[in-house]
Amino acid sequence: MIRLERRPETSRAMLWLTPVLALILTVLVGMVLFAMLGKDPLQTVAVIFISPFADLYSLSELLVKATPLILIAIGLSLGFRAGIWNIGAEGQFTIGALAGGAVGLAFHGTDSIWLMPLMWISGCAAGMAWAAIPAYLRTRFGANEILVSLMLVYVATLLLSAMVTGPLRDPDGFNFPESRLFEGSAAMPLLMEGTRAHIGFFAALVAALVAWLLLGRHVVGFQIRLLGEAPRAARFAGFVEARVIWFCLLVSGGLAGLAGLFEATGPVGQLVPSLPVGYGFTAIIVAFLGRLNPLGIIIAGFVMAVTYLGGEAAEITMQLPNAVTAVFQGLLLFFLLGMDVLSTYRFRLRRRVREVA
Amino acid sequence: MASVSIRVYCLETMTTTPLLQLESLTRSFPGIVANNQIDLTVGQGTIHALLGENGAGKSTLVKMIYGALRPDSGRMWFDGRPYAPANPATARASGVGMVFQHFSLFEAMTVAENIAVALPAELAGSDLPDRIRDVSASYGLVLDPFSRVDQLSVGERQRVEIVRCLLQSPRLIIMDEPTSVLTPGEVGRLFTVLRKLRDEGRSILYISHKLREIRNLCSHATILRRGRVVGTCDPGAETPESLARMMIGNAVRRHIRKVQEPGAVRLSIDHLNLPAATEFGVSLKDISLDVRAGEIIGIAGVAGNGQDELMAALIGERRSTTPGAISLDGAPVGNLGPTRRRAMGMAFVPEERLGHGAAAAMSLTENTLISARGRRNLARRGVLDFGAAKRFASEIVSAFNVATTAVTRQAGSLSGGNLQKFVIGREILQGPTVLIAAQPTWGVDAKSAAEIHTALDQLARAGAAILIISQDLDELLSVSDRFAVLAGGTLSAPRTSEDVTVAEIGMLMGGATHEQQDDAA
Repeated sequence: MIRLERRPETSRAMLWLTPVLALILTVLVGMVLFAMLGKDPLQTVAVIFISPFADLYSLSELLVKATPLILIAIGLSLGFRAGIWNIGAEGQFTIGALAGGAVGLAFHGTDSIWLMPLMWISGCAAGMAWAAIPAYLRTRFGANEILVSLMLVYVATLLLSAMVTGPLRDPDGFNFPESRLFEGSAAMPLLMEGTRAHIGFFAALVAALVAWLLLGRHVVGFQIRLLGEAPRAARFAGFVEARVIWFCLLVSGGLAGLAGLFEATGPVGQLVPSLPVGYGFTAIIVAFLGRLNPLGIIIAGFVMAVTYLGGEAAEITMQLPNAVTAVFQGLLLFFLLGMDVLSTYRFRLRRRVREVA
Repeated sequence: MASVSIRVYCLETMTTTPLLQLESLTRSFPGIVANNQIDLTVGQGTIHALLGENGAGKSTLVKMIYGALRPDSGRMWFDGRPYAPANPATARASGVGMVFQHFSLFEAMTVAENIAVALPAELAGSDLPDRIRDVSASYGLVLDPFSRVDQLSVGERQRVEIVRCLLQSPRLIIMDEPTSVLTPGEVGRLFTVLRKLRDEGRSILYISHKLREIRNLCSHATILRRGRVVGTCDPGAETPESLARMMIGNAVRRHIRKVQEPGAVRLSIDHLNLPAATEFGVSLKDISLDVRAGEIIGIAGVAGNGQDELMAALIGERRSTTPGAISLDGAPVGNLGPTRRRAMGMAFVPEERLGHGAAAAMSLTENTLISARGRRNLARRGVLDFGAAKRFASEIVSAFNVATTAVTRQAGSLSGGNLQKFVIGREILQGPTVLIAAQPTWGVDAKSAAEIHTALDQLARAGAAILIISQDLDELLSVSDRFAVLAGGTLSAPRTSEDVTVAEIGMLMGGATHEQQDDAA
């Protein structure tokens, strides 16, 4: 009989092995799925995992997709460590893009190196403000931050639609629900001409580095980890839970807002109702796939970017439905959470002991 | 004729065979014998009390009866037949049911669904809601099978557990401190149900340390102390004082500390009042106590009389609105948090090692950061100094003989005694002027306990003031110079440990329990 047995100590090796195992299982189940759809499984997997690395442009697109994922996931991971569940990064992303973008549009035609930083600050601040709503309701009334932050996603999406069909609509845009293009000083500086990769990627790397130092070396990171591990011990240590809640929600909201602004002023280039495409939700998977560890999140961000681009390629070359990407990502999270049990438990083969009466 | 005599014979065995009989049941855990040669007999149709302090071995014993633990040795009979349940399911099939102190219910599911998931498939058919109604009606346990559990009060949730247990027609029902979460009215209703069950011929094994309750309800009692049966009695014929005395025991070790002349007052608690934090908490009422340099004062009392609340107030996890309610070397600290109090020289050992005093999944090194950041300079301007933390952890491990392979090991991997030594060492090596410790040797093996007592004694000799909150009277009487009893949220006047008699202690603990029960009745 196979038994699950609790490990005396959490296995460090398993902690890093389980994401890899989850990825392998996802690919295997994906192949079964493709076979059932009548496609050659090996060829489909090859398209998904090789085409994103085929040329320079594809590589730059990986950066485009990975940047918002990493940026948002870094912020979320801090809260997840402390047991604070900001599920509404998509809404903070949208509001960040909207507020920062509105600042850019207000200074339309202005040529100044200060415009971009001003937009960054407003996008970040707006994301924080949106996340401050669940923080306030949680610390003041004990409202569940999962529900509040999630509900605010829909408010944010509708607010964006309202603004681009109203005040922020492009005056020369034939009444299409979209803003002017971000140009000149209001456009995100690119890493390389001819691609869409932008300098926001460096912001994501800096965020990861700061988060890594904070978690490993600073008392604020220790508060976050202790609150997640043992809330009573955190109180015993003299830490105030409400402060950690505010900190985690503001940081994750701010980073999501920044990611939204980058996306609007970079790859997308204008405010459109379809701006939120789910980075805020996918980043939750990225955070867990990266083991809530900043360096792991960078790797996970790229893995997830590959599934986006590979899924697109599979749609085009293999005529697969566009749900493939979502199914793939869902499978990945499913297996990841399932495999998690292996870091605290292990399998033991054991002969059944006859019960002695 | 023959059939009549057989019937008479059956009747006789029913009344004379005890329902449950245990013979020298023993179960040990690493470093501690939780149950040592326990004999117990529960008659048919009786409510039998299992009485003892925390850690006396009550829960280990009932877990063995309920099949959740296997005895190391000893034998059990149920209704005259040998009984050795391999797991709770077989125990239930044999006719033993249990109602736990902590409920295991799914809040988002209905009463009927909750009951169905716990029943064997053949009992969980579509007529289940009707049977739930039948059972609840016949015992006066008002319960709607279709209401959702999250809408129920604590008393109603307990009814769900009881009904779930009754649906399997148990002949022995084990109840683990059933009244600890109930309001006084609910207690009364529960007792009516229990008496009705008894009159039907079922037996109840009733675990509690509420003496008045046991006197009201139970016809037999078995008293456990330190894993052994120390007596059986008819609780109705005893007084709360005499029951408390049996729980405490007579063989109290005498004071071993050489009293030194106490110095100036270091810790002063002055008319501390604190309302209960939750519905089931205890309010602290007008607590005053001075602890002097070089002195160890013990606070005794039965669990749930305000110990947790007093500890939270002293640590600063719950702050007082009156700064002067607690002062340290004359400086008011009642309104300060734990970090500020530590900086001024206080140190604390909470009752629960894992989850309160230490974080199980963190390394020993990281665990030093919980309380020693300030006094041991483990963080400068918020930046953690892991080198210093590691050195401090190693220092604790060697000074307090903590058996572990490395300070990078997780706290949860240490045995109870070793982790307790680590936690106490972490506090003592910060050189506190006032140390407050709750249950410092609870669940700790004898050798570690002795080491901890020696360390506390040395700290007091070095001029610190020490306050120990414990339910272990032996410990308090042998370690402390003076001690007081906490009962119902009030603290008695402190007495010299050497002069106090066991009868007096019983009166203080039992008398106060008496009073508390009167509130509840």
